[in-house]
Amino acid sequence: MDALDPLLIARWQFGITTVYHFWMVPLTLGLGPIVAVMQMMWHRTGNERYYRMVKFWGKLYLINFIMGVATGLVQEFQFGLAWSEYSRFVGDVFGAPLAMEALLAFFVESTFLGLWIFGWNKLPKAIHLACLWIAVAGSVVSAYFIIVANSWMQHPVGVDLVNGRPVMADVVAVFTNNTAISAFTHAIFGSLGVGGAFLLGIAWYQLWQRRRDGIDAVGPDKRVIVGEASGIPGRDKADHGVWLMSLRIGAVVAMVAFAGVAISGDAQGKLMFEQQPLKMAAAEGACHNGTSFSVLSVGKLGSKNCDDVTPVIEIPGLLSFLAHGDFTTDIQGINQLIPQYQEKYGTTLPDDPKYGARAGETIDYLPVMEVTYWGFRLMIGFGGVAAFAAFVALWLTRRGTVPRPRWLMQLAVVGILAPFAANSAGWIFTEMGRQPFVVAPNPSGVDGVFMFTAAAVSPGVSFGEILFSVVSLTLIYAVLMVFELRLLVRYVRGGVASAIPELDKRDHPDESDDGPRPDDVLAFAY
Amino acid sequence: MDLLPTLWFAIIAVLWTGYLFLEGFDLGVGMHLLFSTRNENQRRVMLNAIGPVWDGNEVWLVTAAGATFAAFPIWYASLFSALYLPLIFVLLGLIFRAVAIEYRGKGKSMRWARGWDIALGLGSLVTAFGIGAALALTTTGLPINANGDRVGGAFAWFSGYALIGGLAVVGFALVHAAAFLALKTDGDVRHAANAFARRVAPIALLPLLIWMVSLQVTRGTALTWTIAVVAVVAAVWASIANRNRQEGWSFIGFGVFLAASIASIFIASYPVVLPSTIDHAFDLTVSNASSSPYTLGVMSVVACFGIPLVLAYQGWTYWVFRKRVSGSHIPEARPVEPAVRRS
Repeated sequence: MDALDPLLIARWQFGITTVYHFWMVPLTLGLGPIVAVMQMMWHRTGNERYYRMVKFWGKLYLINFIMGVATGLVQEFQFGLAWSEYSRFVGDVFGAPLAMEALLAFFVESTFLGLWIFGWNKLPKAIHLACLWIAVAGSVVSAYFIIVANSWMQHPVGVDLVNGRPVMADVVAVFTNNTAISAFTHAIFGSLGVGGAFLLGIAWYQLWQRRRDGIDAVGPDKRVIVGEASGIPGRDKADHGVWLMSLRIGAVVAMVAFAGVAISGDAQGKLMFEQQPLKMAAAEGACHNGTSFSVLSVGKLGSKNCDDVTPVIEIPGLLSFLAHGDFTTDIQGINQLIPQYQEKYGTTLPDDPKYGARAGETIDYLPVMEVTYWGFRLMIGFGGVAAFAAFVALWLTRRGTVPRPRWLMQLAVVGILAPFAANSAGWIFTEMGRQPFVVAPNPSGVDGVFMFTAAAVSPGVSFGEILFSVVSLTLIYAVLMVFELRLLVRYVRGGVASAIPELDKRDHPDESDDGPRPDDVLAFAY
Repeated sequence: MDLLPTLWFAIIAVLWTGYLFLEGFDLGVGMHLLFSTRNENQRRVMLNAIGPVWDGNEVWLVTAAGATFAAFPIWYASLFSALYLPLIFVLLGLIFRAVAIEYRGKGKSMRWARGWDIALGLGSLVTAFGIGAALALTTTGLPINANGDRVGGAFAWFSGYALIGGLAVVGFALVHAAAFLALKTDGDVRHAANAFARRVAPIALLPLLIWMVSLQVTRGTALTWTIAVVAVVAAVWASIANRNRQEGWSFIGFGVFLAASIASIFIASYPVVLPSTIDHAFDLTVSNASSSPYTLGVMSVVACFGIPLVLAYQGWTYWVFRKRVSGSHIPEARPVEPAVRRS
């Protein structure tokens, strides 16, 4: 196709906006339950440490939350904006989970989060905590709805084909799609991994800062000696416990999350071998039938020609184990699968006006192998590295503080990015691996329920319009990312006192910090 | 009679009414921030009046869009793709607005806060205008072909109705926000809001009136004319209440004006959801644009349970935060400083 192709640029737009949105979302999903548990612990124990943790991590949670909300609006609109043929084709079944997400999850999430933010000292304590739990539950439920919608594109179930369009026949089947259940579990654990690494990296920085400033020291028994610095806002003795506890919670959550990600990912992989065999073969660079898992393959993965791909390191039997749980079943390779796809779904795009100039083009069933092969490995690699680092971090901090070297602190902070990268790589892999379909065919489902991406774009919308939107959205997203990071950094550097200004006693040494505020003063204000 | 599609047409009208009523004052408050006569304390009073509720109010828009997708995918696809550029601007406006509300108070300088105020004000203005234009055009028509696709290029949607609809929502939001601030704040902001509503209402509500009446002239029935009269009476009543300092009644009156206007517009449009200005044979109607009876049935069950629940807990939120916000309530802003030893 020519360079001014609306399809290609519309795909870039969807990719950019979705990957960006899914930087905010996993942090929201991962941090939310952690903050809620902290507040629950505060109520149960009355320990000031938990109160500070709720305030500090809650603040960062909110700075990030709003960006997820703002970028999520684009997602709700862009199916109709740029993908009207897709919306017409799938609307009968795909629109329902989106509408339910808004009605049953977004309302809950936003309303109860508003109650939580402004409800400090206003609502009874138990109800205030319940508001946070309800808001967090809303986020989790919203993840379920949107993954039901996405999973239907990966594995359409619960529909009949009426007049060439899928029509919902069984809502229970749509909502209990095994693809959705495994993908949801995978995404939730992936998000907890993001939350865990976020806590770990920032808490490490705080403990390191306390050591660097000479507040905490290490005694002859190598155990921490906790001190305080009255001249620095919030750096009292309790402050140390806030960060050590946060670090440990973060590390444990990150490790548990990785275990969950591995188990759910295994289940998901087994389903994918059945449901989208070509995607998994492309993730493997597996050209021929076989049983070996490729640890490293080299050659021109992007050449779309399997003969250019050379496996360098392979583990015999592992691929069969991943797909079927044994070591001997042959897994079909790309060269065997493509003829099957061509036989079932055609060799050329049909002569239909919705394909425009593309009608009659040869269909390339092989996803971009560089993306699927490396996306799959980066996802697993970044996830594994983060979990291993969390384990090491627990060990290094066993005596109550972090080691002195600056590079370790920098590593812990940069390590925050690893689970984010794993999440992005996973989604890019699974979405790009679905190509050339936007709705992948279900091998055991109703015939004819599938759609090529080439037919999905809005016919009336021009290249120029989408170019304008993709450029403006990308620029604005980039600017907002700078603002979000600047604020996060400022609040992190401010420590707990950035979220609880009363801790800064330098100006008002007499001010008591635990006396209740008068009822008519807002506990929180924009 | 298509019972379920008609029910869903009504539900979508209700969702839009809910959105315009609730986010109407949020958007209006955003626009009021552009008036530079207010000082920082007053601006924070205004923001905190909508603080706990604005995000929940915005979900009405997401739900209206999602419900249109679920119940009338053909309408959703045609309307959104035809209005590609205006809706992109709505999205950009909404993004700036949301981020501005959350971030404006977290900076170090007045320049930071003022910068976000402008983002918030312009974002609100663009959003209100774009939503108004889109709603007006779905009632008055777009150049769509037999497949529902826009013909005539990126700006083919533009017409006088886009302008009237855009101004209708901008004008209503300004007045409604003034009535809201009069009801929810105290002190200078309250007095300024009362005066604003009194001065501006007669002009600002005019575009919505024009949109409503022009639709009655072409497609009105006895019922819709009656509702239109109710709308006008409510607006007059709201203005009188405003002069008598009955702030609650004034706010409700402007709300009834909105709800009745939208009702008369949607009922007059029925059963057409998106007319084609090329050929009425291409009109999208509740029957040819809707989902299957099964999907509509499932969604009806969800809505019957979901919408009352939303109304209940959002209502409770307004009850919890029912007190007026005044300047003395606003805590002093404290800059965030690094918790490190300065060497």
